[in-house]
Amino acid sequence: MAKVTIDGHNIEVPDGTTILQAARMIVDSKGYEGENIAPPTMCYYSKLKTSGGYCRTCIVKVTKGSEKDPRPMPKPVASCRTTVMDGMEVVNITSPEVLEARKGVVEFLLINHPLDCPICDQAGECHLQDLGYEHGLAKTRYDFKRRTFNMIDIGPFIKLHMTRCIMCFRCIKVADQLTNHRYQGMIFRGDASEISTYISKAIDNDFSGNVIDVCPVGALTDKTFRFKSRVWFTKPMDAHRNCTKCCGKVAIWLKGNEVLRVTARKNRWGEVDEWICNECRFEKKDATDWVIEKPTHIDRHSVISANHYESLASLKLDIGKQQKQLNKK
Amino acid sequence: MAKKLLLQHVNVPGIETLEVYRQHGGYASVEKALKTMAPNDVVEEVKKSGLRGRGGAGFPTGMKWSFLAKPEGVARYLVCNADESEPGTFKDRYLMEKTPHSLIEGMITSSFALGARTSYIYIRGEYFYVSRILEKAIEEAYAAGYLGENILGSGFSHDCYVQVGGGAYICGEETALLESLEGKRGNPRIKPPFPAIAGLYGCPTVVNNVETIAAVCPIINMGGDEYAKIGIGRSTGTKLISASGHINKPGVYEIELGLPVEEFIYSEEYCGGIINGRQLKAVVPGGSSVPVLPAHLILKTDKGEPRLMSYESLSDGGFATGSMLGSGGFIVYDETTSIVKNLYTFARFYHHESCGQCSPCREGTGWMEKILHRIVEGHGKPSDIDLLWDVQRKIEGNTICPLGDAAAWPVAAAIRHFRAEFEEYINHPERIKDVKHYYSVHQLAEA
Repeated sequence: MAKVTIDGHNIEVPDGTTILQAARMIVDSKGYEGENIAPPTMCYYSKLKTSGGYCRTCIVKVTKGSEKDPRPMPKPVASCRTTVMDGMEVVNITSPEVLEARKGVVEFLLINHPLDCPICDQAGECHLQDLGYEHGLAKTRYDFKRRTFNMIDIGPFIKLHMTRCIMCFRCIKVADQLTNHRYQGMIFRGDASEISTYISKAIDNDFSGNVIDVCPVGALTDKTFRFKSRVWFTKPMDAHRNCTKCCGKVAIWLKGNEVLRVTARKNRWGEVDEWICNECRFEKKDATDWVIEKPTHIDRHSVISANHYESLASLKLDIGKQQKQLNKK
Repeated sequence: MAKKLLLQHVNVPGIETLEVYRQHGGYASVEKALKTMAPNDVVEEVKKSGLRGRGGAGFPTGMKWSFLAKPEGVARYLVCNADESEPGTFKDRYLMEKTPHSLIEGMITSSFALGARTSYIYIRGEYFYVSRILEKAIEEAYAAGYLGENILGSGFSHDCYVQVGGGAYICGEETALLESLEGKRGNPRIKPPFPAIAGLYGCPTVVNNVETIAAVCPIINMGGDEYAKIGIGRSTGTKLISASGHINKPGVYEIELGLPVEEFIYSEEYCGGIINGRQLKAVVPGGSSVPVLPAHLILKTDKGEPRLMSYESLSDGGFATGSMLGSGGFIVYDETTSIVKNLYTFARFYHHESCGQCSPCREGTGWMEKILHRIVEGHGKPSDIDLLWDVQRKIEGNTICPLGDAAAWPVAAAIRHFRAEFEEYINHPERIKDVKHYYSVHQLAEA
């Protein structure tokens, strides 16, 4: 076991835990109060091995290495890939330096990202929107042409919109670890690099649809749902069916009695609980296919949850707070 | 005449063959180490010598070797980093081309010290002809019994292979090199684990520069203590410097560390002064990644002491008034050089070579290049200088591998020391238009 302090919160975690996991454990034990001490992640995904370390949004500063070696680490570290040591002290939101560096990372992620949120299917549940809102600058200083790509079809159900991609590598890890053969990878390098299925080879696999769920932005979208509805106009419901291929536990997104799309259930960190198969995801689009359990609880303060199930009172409070802040400025 | 250890016999005709190389004392270190020393003694000698990595970072080699994990029944590897791609550095090519056997000899001795059954020389694709030279040398070494089973009857067996890379700068980073060697895309790994614990094929691996490995031979031959007497302070031994730019005698020079920079630039033995008697403007002392220093800071440190060619003296004053010895790519600029245009060239290089894994480097290098391109073309905005400064600051230290730092440092140093030049480009684009900033050697000869 190792004792670790993050932003003044103490926790004891098993050896081999990463700083990010430790921070999430603190949040889990304390509830909403300390939610922002968990660093934001764009590329790390706890269910995918070797993910993380690329996007650099989760960087934190280690002010004390360990009990044995109390020297601070010279550079900010990626909390998702750095394991804790006994006696380690970490600063995240209490360090202006970390916040500044994170602002820089958000700016870098956004310079080539098209601001086409009004027509993007991911809007409303986009991690980059959250990140930009919470940690970014209000204005961009990038005044050059953004990079653009043509859209690519990956099989009959998935659309790849490379222009929106932020290179988190999650979909590559899914293709690597969930499917038998590796079909997906990165080609070219630097800011010209792109995700590609070699020579546009369609991913013909029962679990390929999970790349849509892991994509933090709108680069990989469900072709059966594209442009059907904004996510906040749909009602997510937990549902299940007997599936021979997967667990069959999903969230279905309803508009009236129509099932607009099916996704895996996600936890408070936006990560899926269990992978689902393509049959459940793309082919079962009838409400009678499913046994509906209850409305999905969406834990983060997203627009989706605010519209439906979270108490309106707290929402008003939030708006009041923001207005006060605006008036101050 | 300064002491020469690595380039002593370069000019001997036929030194690239094993026969001539042996006549000049070649493979003595292999015989000494394998017949009279235990592997740990070799590591101890290297530790005593104070040899520091010649690839750029200057990490003590003996210490690196002693970090190598030695679990039972797991293979260990030695990998030689011959992916010399730093702009301004060409010392390893010269060494491998002229005396390939000195590298092979060092590989055998070092592998013996580390207990590595197999070693690899990872050479960049552009050095294809050098890989041929090395392969021929390895063939000769096998024939003479220096490689293969039971070398010199000592019971130590070793195989050495040459692997040609695709010629990517990023593959000079040790973990990217290992990925490339394994046949994957050359992306740097996230550390830890370090290669000393899990490197090539997940086995403990040591990655050393060509010059570092070649320097092991003289250390074993003369003894670590004797080697440590050469040089100054913690910078021991000799170093190959690739001198280029506006000097009378560009080329590879072997210097004893601690040589004054002024002597190196102006003496007839080395660079022979600035071409056409012009004034010195600035120097990049360690390859394109290290900060550029203006003339007054390269010849003397901020404290007024003469600056020496050593790890400590060149980094004296931190990045505010100092630089780094780096890989020894010594680029000299005379007064006609435009620092801004030069920086644009460097920025273009780093943009092109960024691997695209982590966001600050992938997006930031391209951004810096675009801003610099605008300034060079005469369309710069007054706010661009501060923007450049801010972008480089947000790349530095926030990336997976040192390529981000390498892209950020030259930008920071150029703005720090030559801000006026940037302002001139931005405020008076019409003046810049008519100035020819880059003179070719022929133009200079005519002038």
